[in-house]
Amino acid sequence: MFDPFWKLALGLFTGILFGVLLQKGRVAKYQVILGQFLLKDWTVVKIMGTAVVVGAIGIYALLPTEAVSLHLKPLDWGRIVTGGLLFGVGMAVLGYCPGTGVAACGEGRKDAMIGLVGMLTGAGLYVAAFPSIDNFLQRFGSAGKITLASVTGTSPWLWIGGLIALGLVGILMFGHERPKQVSAKRKRPHQVTG
Amino acid sequence: MRRLARRVKVRRQPQNPFSTMEDRHMKRVVTAKSWSPYLVGAGIGMHSWFAFLSADHPLGITTAMEHTAALAEQAVVPSLEENNKYFEQESPKIGWQWMLVLGVFIGGLVSSLASGDRNAPAVPPLWHQRFGPSKTKRFVAAFIGGVLLLLGARIAQGCTSGHGISGTLQLAASSWLFTAIIFATGIATAFTLYGREGRNHV
Repeated sequence: MFDPFWKLALGLFTGILFGVLLQKGRVAKYQVILGQFLLKDWTVVKIMGTAVVVGAIGIYALLPTEAVSLHLKPLDWGRIVTGGLLFGVGMAVLGYCPGTGVAACGEGRKDAMIGLVGMLTGAGLYVAAFPSIDNFLQRFGSAGKITLASVTGTSPWLWIGGLIALGLVGILMFGHERPKQVSAKRKRPHQVTG
Repeated sequence: MRRLARRVKVRRQPQNPFSTMEDRHMKRVVTAKSWSPYLVGAGIGMHSWFAFLSADHPLGITTAMEHTAALAEQAVVPSLEENNKYFEQESPKIGWQWMLVLGVFIGGLVSSLASGDRNAPAVPPLWHQRFGPSKTKRFVAAFIGGVLLLLGARIAQGCTSGHGISGTLQLAASSWLFTAIIFATGIATAFTLYGREGRNHV
């Protein structure tokens, strides 16, 4: 039931760094997540976009050395589509995703703590209803563990290059814009930000 | 010029030997309420190299929550283990990922304490403006949101971290589809809840 101690300690260390990054990135905040979904505050896209580009370069550069291996999730159509729909609605209602929700609990946000109780309840429902959920979702078939590169028969570096180019264009076009809420806050200094 | 000279002089005579300029700069980094999103993004990207290299594991959150719930159910309803094929396929445990989630909590706590960023109201202003000041209303919605979130994450076998960052950076087709769907439904839900008017209250 327990991993060896070194592995637990390593997980804790990795998590603390991740939590600090999420908190300093301001994504453990309701108004930043909702600001992204209302297409007003682009912090989430900036962070995720940069993380994906930087992460992809490192992982694919390390892959030939066999220091890392890929951990792909299969493209089970029923699972990805149903799960994505539920997740998107849940994230907009709660205002946090699982990782940022846990960081938000660390930040002392009470609504995130209630959200975490909801998350554990949701996980419990999934486990309890697993046989019927699994039976139902398997009907929709699976495309297996494929990547954008493998399914198109192209080099992963073509895709990573494309992502880098997309990121640079994004930064050049929008990168200089300050989050709009800064000016909104100045206009209404009495307003407490959530 | 004189003012500049005075400033230089002050900097050359730190009040205590540990408060060098580098120390003060480090302190400002720690006490800052936020870092550049690009810097944080690059940090998370490099952090995922570390997770792959050190633990051979992508950063992810919700498997640990699923295992926690499964262990609790196993303890409360032992018969579940025989009747539910979940326990044939999965062996829930307290492992690297469970500690990762605990670490995220501690990281959020430490980082927010360092910057004093801890005065968030239970009812966020955007919510307050649209649905009123009731804490109960907000908490009920947060609970339901949490349930939907984890049901979705476990059905899709990943969340914003597991699919949205760790999966997309491996170019997994499943993760790109999942991320596109969560952004589309998140945007649709947010505009349904708040309308265009809500944008003025973010």
